[in-house]
Amino acid sequence: MLDDALNGGFENPPVQSSHAFRAALSALARPGRVERIMGAEAPGLSEAAATLLLTLCDAETPIYLAPGHDSEALGQWIAFHIGAPLVGPSHAMFALGAWDALMPLTGYPVGTPEYPDRATTLIVEVEALTPPTARLTGPGVETVARMRLPETDPFRANRALFPLGHDFFFTAGEQIAGLPRTTIVEDL
Amino acid sequence: MTDQTGATTSDYNFAYLDEQTKRMIRRALLKAVAIPGYQVPFASREMPMPYGWGTGGVQVSAACLTPDDTFKVIDQGADDTTNAVSIRKFFEKTADVETTEHTQDATIIQTRHRIPEAPLTEDQILVYQVPIPEPLRFLEPRETETRKMHALEEYGLMHVKLYEDIARHGHIATSYAYPVKVEGRYVMDPSPIPKFDNPKLEMAAIQLFGAGREQRIYAIPPYTQVVSLDFEDHPFDPSKADAPCDLCGADHTYLDEVIIDDAGGRMFVCSDTDYCAGRQAQGHRGRLSPEAAE
Repeated sequence: MLDDALNGGFENPPVQSSHAFRAALSALARPGRVERIMGAEAPGLSEAAATLLLTLCDAETPIYLAPGHDSEALGQWIAFHIGAPLVGPSHAMFALGAWDALMPLTGYPVGTPEYPDRATTLIVEVEALTPPTARLTGPGVETVARMRLPETDPFRANRALFPLGHDFFFTAGEQIAGLPRTTIVEDL
Repeated sequence: MTDQTGATTSDYNFAYLDEQTKRMIRRALLKAVAIPGYQVPFASREMPMPYGWGTGGVQVSAACLTPDDTFKVIDQGADDTTNAVSIRKFFEKTADVETTEHTQDATIIQTRHRIPEAPLTEDQILVYQVPIPEPLRFLEPRETETRKMHALEEYGLMHVKLYEDIARHGHIATSYAYPVKVEGRYVMDPSPIPKFDNPKLEMAAIQLFGAGREQRIYAIPPYTQVVSLDFEDHPFDPSKADAPCDLCGADHTYLDEVIIDDAGGRMFVCSDTDYCAGRQAQGHRGRLSPEAAE
């Protein structure tokens, strides 16, 4: 926790962000795998979520802060360290918050058939990334992977939109897991 | 280089690119991984080397490298050609990373037009240099149209092209940059790798493709289904020169043909120099090995 908007950034941005990106890349390329990601601190955020924001976001990436994470302190921290505009869900490139607060998923862009990459990436703050509750198959998974998810139905609906859809990062403490739109999610 | 406090002092930012550029490339890479085979547009930068020399691959490598990485560069399988040597030196200078010529020691491998013979592991990333990322470009020159064709999954034209190959030559004569379909959705250009390498596209490592001049990034996550396009009566055939390597005797590797005299004499050698050297060190010998020639 941190209440000063000027603190909490990387001490050595090029090196720390490179390690953080590799953790995020590995997490998204291998659904179900939990990676460690750290180096940044922001008011009311896990270290993983703060580090991910600092690694991926800048003035070109509108961010939506869901209720519960839309504090003034976090807004000031983002303004100082990232400079990203804070917007509503329909214009967000990144959305950040707890699962229930981020709902409904229909409020976020899913991309267009010509540009499916223009879809929101959701960063979901969770209490823990274990124990697993869902069974994953698809790209990045050799046979079957397991992962803790808040629900499974929304991810099935998301998969049905492919190649459109949302991509997710789940963050807790120093840990991060990824779930791209391609993953087939089933109840465990 | 380090100063008195132990901090790195370099005239360049770590891995050359500025941080905002790296964030932009990293966002594109994550979307590319999320949509396998889809070409994500990115704002490619001018690099201190000409287009066509791997500027796309260099930018992807720069966005991925950490100081802990061990970096390998191959050009048509070889570690010791101009392109590979200069890119390796570029990152030795700007990112201060370890470099290697051994496939199994590398964590990031940048490649031009080959996949290493040795199987890659989950801990590795393979970065391709891509000249023309759009597999449909020579069939339809307009970007607006090819984008629509990808959106509608309209790939009939590509099958017509392969069929015309059969009509003209009796078999599918495309031997490199052989189109593949990724995860049953996007038709993708695997960069000009020989079609011999196509079956290796399903692997444990993350594969990232960077096209600098064309400003596109795409990716294949590990264990993703990659199918080479073909027909039931003309199945895909990952062919190679019908000969063993003349230096290490391998009969399962992709070979380069080398002219060795003015009388039409020639030899075949492994295109993957590290793999060939490793086999020779293990005692494998080919037709023209120094011992055999004596």
